[in-house]
Amino acid sequence: MEVTITNIRKEFDRFPALNDVSLKIASGELIALLGPSGSGKTTLLRLIAGLDFPTAGQIFFGEEDASHHSVQERNVGFVFQHYALFRHMTVAENIGFGLKVRPKATRPAKAEIGRRVSELLDMVQLGGLEKRYPNQLSGGQRQRVALARAMAIEPRILLLDEPFGALDAKVRKELRRWLREFHDRTGHTTVFVTHDQEEALELADRVVVMSQGKIEQVGSADDVYDRPGSPFVFSFIGESSHLPVEVKQGTALFQGQPIGIPEAQDGAADLFFRPEDVALVDASDTLFGKVIACRRLAGTRIAEIDIANEGHAPYHVEIEVPLHAPVEIGSDIRFRPTRWTLFRH
Amino acid sequence: MSDNACARKTAFRNPADESFTTKALLVAVSLVFLTFFLFLPLVSVFVEAFREGWGSYQEALVEPDAWAAIRLTLLVAAIAVPLNLVFGVAAAWAIAKFEFKGKAFLITLIDLPFSISPVISGLVYVLLFGSRSLLGPFLKSYGIEILFAVPGIVLATIFVTFPFVARELIPLMQDQGTGDEEAALSLGASGWQTFWHVTLPNIKWGLLYGVLLCNARAMGEFGAVSVVSGRIRGLTNTMPLHVEILYNEYNMVAAFAVASLLALLALVTLALKTILELRFGAGIAGGRH
Repeated sequence: MEVTITNIRKEFDRFPALNDVSLKIASGELIALLGPSGSGKTTLLRLIAGLDFPTAGQIFFGEEDASHHSVQERNVGFVFQHYALFRHMTVAENIGFGLKVRPKATRPAKAEIGRRVSELLDMVQLGGLEKRYPNQLSGGQRQRVALARAMAIEPRILLLDEPFGALDAKVRKELRRWLREFHDRTGHTTVFVTHDQEEALELADRVVVMSQGKIEQVGSADDVYDRPGSPFVFSFIGESSHLPVEVKQGTALFQGQPIGIPEAQDGAADLFFRPEDVALVDASDTLFGKVIACRRLAGTRIAEIDIANEGHAPYHVEIEVPLHAPVEIGSDIRFRPTRWTLFRH
Repeated sequence: MSDNACARKTAFRNPADESFTTKALLVAVSLVFLTFFLFLPLVSVFVEAFREGWGSYQEALVEPDAWAAIRLTLLVAAIAVPLNLVFGVAAAWAIAKFEFKGKAFLITLIDLPFSISPVISGLVYVLLFGSRSLLGPFLKSYGIEILFAVPGIVLATIFVTFPFVARELIPLMQDQGTGDEEAALSLGASGWQTFWHVTLPNIKWGLLYGVLLCNARAMGEFGAVSVVSGRIRGLTNTMPLHVEILYNEYNMVAAFAVASLLALLALVTLALKTILELRFGAGIAGGRH
């Protein structure tokens, strides 16, 4: 099911939680809504589900305008952050709930519901746990019961709110891979919300980066990491440093000194680069400074450098330095970004 | 060596523990207090009731006026408690699951019966339905008696016992949030199905607890009911009112016999409440079990 969101605005007590958001989700796509808390990602998910209604704008399911349809009419599968399993019902009753509450005309027979429930349980690899209650399950198992329950109603799209938020790191990684396989097998259009960039980049076909009620960038993991479209995306995803620079006569100046970065258009700008995209060079037009600290980070070594010129307040950036040639603390170092982005003011 | 061991013993005492004398003193104070304020009064009710034997005890209860008072009390509770169950669930549901203007005011209103004297609660109905009020004569012209009749007693009882169910449910439902309801709706359930299959099972123990307290108060209410009832023997006398009348007539055995029924009711309520707390303690406290 293709989902089209056009010019959505959502206000809570006149405070805009979403401002003019448009997004097209292709059928069968696995999409991540990524952003810090308060960026509006969960609000957008709830609007798609019909758990909240937009102040302005429209939501289409395929060709059909679903903007005014209730959550029941939209027939979406929603997996809640804390699963919201019915604690007084067994696993089987939880999964069968969506079928049991259907009007008589479309309700499957009891035996049929039982068959579907065990089918779904097998699908989420929890066969045999029918009679357990939610409080007798681990976090990962509850998550999968919630998913099976949402899938039982044969939803047109699947929506997941921070699906791995309440799980420990190891289970999280396992479930992440499992969800990807699950998606590839069932082919449902799936939207999930997360604040964990690693999760979004690893799992999703496309990542929607959000900040302050707006979409900053939509793209594949490569797009948002290698070609960030805005200063926010650059600093939110991955590690980065940024410098205020002034472009004059075809080159960028940091605190009045040329740093060997060519740029055509004059004016003030912000220079962004990643720690791994630098080279130590021996030239006069580079960034230079004193090594403040040097630390080992998994397979890399990161140096923190104060690059402020004389008479300026300290300005720290982090760069990757060769693993086998540690730099000495207090020593001078010269380097230049090899890949960067300039954002104009 | 032995001195050393002794010193150690005291040094390793549980920091939250007290000396034997302190503990004994505190326990004794509590016991004396409980004896004088709880056990002795309770025992004396039954002792007085059975002073002239089982025969007169029975007689006092089947005496027509006493029997009428028991029936009236049961009738009033049978009307007031189910109504307050519905009102209480509705009010708690609105307050805990929705945001709206005037919510704080509504909570204050629900607490009102707790904060004003029951006698005033009764007087309000006298002012509303009395012979000099606007409503009283109007209703009377249609043959409807509110004051000094069963409807007035029921109204006063409903008013006084209104907060019990709502107060019990509001924190419970607030704690549970709206996640389960949203899940049910997203699975296609209607509002009614959601309430019946999801909301109600989640609050059932808290609700039962609230109903028990509400019932105990409905049967035992004196102040408000005494103002609106008119105390017509055999007609508008509830058990607590009947106890007072008998007592004022120095009919001690009969007074305490009826009183012992009320005391029994309190004991049964307490026992049920304790059983509920033991079995579903976490459920009542947090709504999760």
